[in-house]
Amino acid sequence: MSFVLGRLGQTVLVLLVAAFVSFALFRYVGDPVNNMVGQSASLADREAMRAALGLDDAFILQFARFVGHALTGDFGMSYRFGQPVATLIAERFPATLELALISMLIATGLGVPLGVWTALHRDHWAAQALMAASLIGVALPTFLIGIALILFFSVWLGWLPSFGRGQVVEIGGWTTGLLTTSGLRALVLPAVTLGVFQLALILRLARAEMLEVMRADFIRFARARGLKPRAIQYRHALRNTLVPVVTMIGLQFGNVFAFSIIVETVFQWPGLGLLVIQAIQFADVPLLAAYLVLIALCFAVINLAVDLAYVAIDPRVRSGGGARRAA
Amino acid sequence: MSALLSVQGLRVEIARRGRAMTAIDDVSFEIAAGEILGVVGESGAGKSVTGTAVLGLLERPAYQAGGRILFDGRRIDTLDDDAMRTLRGKEIAAVFQDPLTSLDPLMTIGDQLIETIRTHLDLTPAEAVERAARLLAEVGIPAPRERLASYPHEMSGGMRQRVVLALAFSCEPRLIIADEPTTALDVSIQAQILDLLRAMCRERGTTVMLVTHDMGVIAEVADRVAVMYAGRLVELGPTAGLLGEAVHPYTRGLMASIPDMHRRDAELAQIPGSMPRPDAPVPGCAFHPRCPRALVRCASERPPTFAVGASQVACWLADPVARSAA
Repeated sequence: MSFVLGRLGQTVLVLLVAAFVSFALFRYVGDPVNNMVGQSASLADREAMRAALGLDDAFILQFARFVGHALTGDFGMSYRFGQPVATLIAERFPATLELALISMLIATGLGVPLGVWTALHRDHWAAQALMAASLIGVALPTFLIGIALILFFSVWLGWLPSFGRGQVVEIGGWTTGLLTTSGLRALVLPAVTLGVFQLALILRLARAEMLEVMRADFIRFARARGLKPRAIQYRHALRNTLVPVVTMIGLQFGNVFAFSIIVETVFQWPGLGLLVIQAIQFADVPLLAAYLVLIALCFAVINLAVDLAYVAIDPRVRSGGGARRAA
Repeated sequence: MSALLSVQGLRVEIARRGRAMTAIDDVSFEIAAGEILGVVGESGAGKSVTGTAVLGLLERPAYQAGGRILFDGRRIDTLDDDAMRTLRGKEIAAVFQDPLTSLDPLMTIGDQLIETIRTHLDLTPAEAVERAARLLAEVGIPAPRERLASYPHEMSGGMRQRVVLALAFSCEPRLIIADEPTTALDVSIQAQILDLLRAMCRERGTTVMLVTHDMGVIAEVADRVAVMYAGRLVELGPTAGLLGEAVHPYTRGLMASIPDMHRRDAELAQIPGSMPRPDAPVPGCAFHPRCPRALVRCASERPPTFAVGASQVACWLADPVARSAA
């Protein structure tokens, strides 16, 4: 329990630092007032606006106000859209989260079993083909995969839509595309595009770890005990493989979430990534700061989840000694 | 006494870059039921490989290239994986060197015991738990029932090796291959584990093939000793005879290199040179380049095994023809 509390404390600290850095950073990306008022605005108008936005106050004061408001879910008004940032993000967040979740689900659901299989059947032609394919998956840039998939499945075959999110259903303020056929069809290409790299990475790591564990003394002793191959491979080897694999899946999930910007741009996916691209072009400081804090929050939550997964998998972490952490 | 384990002309090769190197070269020995056979030699002499071959656990690139292994009169080196697996852990068990790495770190020792027991014996879960607790008690682990829920990392090295022994004995095997069972332990713990192993085997009449490089361990527990050098068996005989009056110059060298507590100032004897590696085999007797008493023929003719008293010796010095001529 103290372990969990300690981790929570660290998480809060990380979030504060992230908020500070993002807030400090965006003070130098340009003057938002210039973008907001027209060319014809007088100097007095500009000063009035500056004061209204609180941009005249001391930096520390501005930051304190930012954190204070953020705690209540208020990230201010977007300079560009003139709407509350919180509302804008809440509108876009489900699209990005669903995309990230589904692509990680594909990557993990295929990557771990395939990695284990290729480790156990190293000499099988299909295993070697998979390893070669995974190298391509790691090496190809995401936008290229996206464009290739669009060309193939949307332009040539006409099977799947090339942009947008399809029809969405709203459930208690959360818009989901998972419940309609068109929503699911629209999700396929972006999710695959986002997942290919992760799939290849997870497959390769799972294979490498599995091979490593299969050489361990306790596997040899398990064989000497006459255990069935299935018990050795899955009960003993796979569980020991999972610790590092879970770590990487967690870290990669954060990356998928943060870097879905590219995929969202290629597929015109109405998620956070698209919003952020627009915000960057406009020096929309409140929106960018809130976005960065949100990403930091996601990373922190995922790290916490990974730590808790360790506790579930590895008894050595529970007793506090010899904890293995990758991050 | 009939032989429980009989190894006949065993040959193990290691494939490396298309070449086959000989790791075990024509090794034959028998272990009678209830006997403890010590197998000694320098590291790389092929002791562990021999044990691994008996267990049927040779892994690529090593493979059995010849010979036969009989267990209780039945040939086991030709059994398929599944048949051999049912034998392993049940009839032939193993204890390996490092107790810190022999146990699965993510599983309680109780679960590891129970899974072994239930793999080989037709017991209900409750009966298996009962048996597991009894085994822990037998290997001298206090509060065995509570200890079933412990993970390996919660125990000391000595305790873990006791758990490994409990695992080895869990299905009452008839033969135990103990590969350096005490080497990784503190000296004070070594004696305890050795005593425990010997007591449990004596009690049950379990046969043991004890692989070690420690002559002290051999002197303590082995009935007979097999000395290996460069993949070959060079001398095999009763422990007392071998310790007192070895025939093979290599065995003599080994004996001379045991530190003697009563002669503190005496310099420790060494055998000059080093053992030939499998990728650079030596013609004739593998020991002749290091042998203080090598004859001319030793460099070209490989010595067969001669009977000397109760021992078997692969050395031209033991050739009765030569000895009668001398």
